[in-house]
Amino acid sequence: MTEQEKQYLYLLCRIKGIGAVTLRRLWEELGSFQSIYYIEETDEMKKFPAFCRVAQKIRLGRSEQKKTEEEYHSLSEWGIQFITPFDENYPEKLKEIYDPPMGLWVRGKLPEKGCHTAAIVGARDHTEYGRAMAEWFGRELSAAGIWVVSGMARGIDSAAHRGALSSGGKTAAILGCGLKICYPRENYRLFQEIGETGCLISEFPPYAAPAAGNFPMRNRIISGMSDLVTVVEAREKSGSLITAALALDQGREVLAVPGRSTDPLSAGCNRLIKSGAQLADSPGDLLEIFSMKRQSERMVQEKNGKGLAKTEKMVYSCLDLQPKFLDEIIQQSGLSPGACMGALLELEWKGYVVRTANQYYGKKL
Amino acid sequence: MFCRVNSIGIAGIEGYLVRVEADVSNGLPGFSMVGYLGSEVKEARDRVLTALKNSGYSCPPRKITVNLSPGDRKKDGTAFDLPIAVAVLGAYGVVPKDKLERVVIAGELGLSGEVKRIRGCLAIAAAAEELGMEWCCLPEGNRREGQAAGNIPVAGVRSLREMEEFLKYGPRAENIAEAEPEEEEESEDLPDFSDVIGQPHMKRAAEIAAAGMHNLLLMGPAGTGKSMTARRIPTIMPPLTLEERREISKIYSICGLMPEDRPLIRTRPFRSPHHTATVQAIAGGGRRPKPGEVSLAAGGVLFLDELPEFSRSVIELLRQPMEDRSIVVARVHGAYRFPADFMLVAASNPCPCGFFPDRNRCRCTERQVKTYLNRISRPILDRMDLIAEAAPIPYEELAAGKGSRQEENSESIRKRVHAAWLIQKERYQGLSVRFNSRMGRGELEQFCALGREEEQTMKRIYEQEEMSGRGRDRLLKVARTIADLEGEKRICREHLLEAAGYRRGVRFYWGGGWD
Ligand SMILES: [Zn+2]
Repeated sequence: MTEQEKQYLYLLCRIKGIGAVTLRRLWEELGSFQSIYYIEETDEMKKFPAFCRVAQKIRLGRSEQKKTEEEYHSLSEWGIQFITPFDENYPEKLKEIYDPPMGLWVRGKLPEKGCHTAAIVGARDHTEYGRAMAEWFGRELSAAGIWVVSGMARGIDSAAHRGALSSGGKTAAILGCGLKICYPRENYRLFQEIGETGCLISEFPPYAAPAAGNFPMRNRIISGMSDLVTVVEAREKSGSLITAALALDQGREVLAVPGRSTDPLSAGCNRLIKSGAQLADSPGDLLEIFSMKRQSERMVQEKNGKGLAKTEKMVYSCLDLQPKFLDEIIQQSGLSPGACMGALLELEWKGYVVRTANQYYGKKL
Repeated sequence: MFCRVNSIGIAGIEGYLVRVEADVSNGLPGFSMVGYLGSEVKEARDRVLTALKNSGYSCPPRKITVNLSPGDRKKDGTAFDLPIAVAVLGAYGVVPKDKLERVVIAGELGLSGEVKRIRGCLAIAAAAEELGMEWCCLPEGNRREGQAAGNIPVAGVRSLREMEEFLKYGPRAENIAEAEPEEEEESEDLPDFSDVIGQPHMKRAAEIAAAGMHNLLLMGPAGTGKSMTARRIPTIMPPLTLEERREISKIYSICGLMPEDRPLIRTRPFRSPHHTATVQAIAGGGRRPKPGEVSLAAGGVLFLDELPEFSRSVIELLRQPMEDRSIVVARVHGAYRFPADFMLVAASNPCPCGFFPDRNRCRCTERQVKTYLNRISRPILDRMDLIAEAAPIPYEELAAGKGSRQEENSESIRKRVHAAWLIQKERYQGLSVRFNSRMGRGELEQFCALGREEEQTMKRIYEQEEMSGRGRDRLLKVARTIADLEGEKRICREHLLEAAGYRRGVRFYWGGGWD
């Protein structure tokens, strides 16, 4: 594709209301993006009355042409690339889906060709268990060279990205807004780091706001880019389940991390498992699908307790992955509240314990 | 004819001598009163005249003038009814005047001539004693209260006629009977700590708080026993000394809150104002300045349930008394200082629904949680020495109830707290400080010196928790109390670690370093 064609495609991608499918069909009919852009001035219009509405939109969009061209030329300055299906580094798997985006704004480095990719998605308001699992999965997959794809939303998404960043940083965040916008704002550091070691991807122009309608579109890219989708925590009837359904439509494998039957935040995952999704209780299950060796077993191994004081050992032996409230630890260890609190703080410093809420403590993986 | 009677006015919580003078002379009949009087005192004229008439005194119409001195202090309330009536009777020559010089009289009159209860009798009797008076005549309903002031004999009077009788023949035996010595045992049905099931962490925090008079914040969902625990904190504090009882009773007496059958407040105060309470109700004030909740809680616990619901102005006003241990109520006619040496206990939900951070139950958004918690202002948060957390009690534990595991009762916790108080009493002998929480810089350096290993731990906490210098001081004071509870002379490493554990909630819920 010529540079000129790419620029016309850019102009078309910037016009509101033209979907990826329409654009591709037009291109198949007309053969070039330039002729689509000037569709009103050709006879082709009469052949395709259905495209009248599109023509109207393009006409409206043309008034912005100069500004859009300026934007196109500023992209490199902003460290953003505009990637089209005609480009070498366009994610291959994405081409397989019904409605691959015709243009992607990308910051950072896209997954190399032939690379394994796995999506990890889940609830925004997660539990500690969910956060720990997402982080663990993210860390192990990235360490094994698998790209972790997620949506950088609060909760599970962010935890998965964080995990991946902690072991190599192979992670792609698909945003529901433009790349010049960080949403949610508190993820600014995550946003920066992913842009540096992984990549940030958006189907929306750089300054697009995170509109509610963008997220379902964003979700199709998350699953579309990935070999498989793992749901870590989800309520019944939540967005993550929609992503899972989408993934199945796209022919992707769906896995779910199980939870307690009484936890509303695990209800969605348990339902997925019940209806046939594969159960994933460790990153090893994912690695196996990629026929990679289960090397992550060491991760669940407990740290040996060498160098711990007696009370610290007693306290540590009462802990679990699922964080416990201080009172429970006091009761199980039989220690006084004071001794227990002291030992927990000490264990935390030594890296044995993770304090997940004010007085909730769990074993650190 | 002229007659002068002694009475006592009240400013703040102290009494001062008021001389009530009456003059009856020939002239245009009438009754005039002067001497910087509040409206209630002005109304005394009608009550006194009617009471005199209904008690059967015949006072031929003359020119009656009543003056209350000193003239530069505003006199308020109804306690001057009785002394005014006595002064008028004296001026008419109905009652003998020889005793009046050495007697203090106070009481409200009903229209029939009966003498009604008034406020502040403890302060009145105490002032009368200080003035070197021989007798104090109070409404019968306040007699025990007055007797509790100390050594001045108090006579209770029920009516104007009894008052006359007293001045003529001396007191009736039944009107001066001293209260029989109080039984030591606590007959009252006080709540007990053994009612609180589980929650060892919260209980421990309450014990430490009581031992050093530290401020305590309880976080947790509704129904986890936060207010139950707060309510029981006074029961683990050592019993009141006689002096403390007098001081506390004085405040209650002025507010008219003394029970009629009991001369002195016996149990440590627990005040739990509702979050809709006004600034005046909390701080004190009003036309006749009255102590507010902060003063009524002195020597005990001021409990603010649902702290985020309290108005900012109420929270702000707590800062001054928490620094000074007394509160100044400024009025046009002067400023009054009331005691306010209380221990602050507050409770808060962690989010609007109460279940945060249990995301399986809490569906509040991050923003909702933040907004809710940020209603607790930083300055008040910084004054919370301990933050304890209550978790929802699992059903099995509640169902098992008290039978399965014996919860420790208030008495046995109190013993430990008492021992810690005694250690502090000895430590602060001759100093103005009484509790670890009240230490200043000098005391901190003197009594909280750390060993080398402990200094290392302190440094670690300081760095890991991003503490400020003030936060360090606060932590040391709590560690000092923990050491006292353990009977340790020096602050050890585990005391520091435990103390740190009670302050980490700030960073979790509110973010930022310690202060
Ligand atoms: Zn909530």
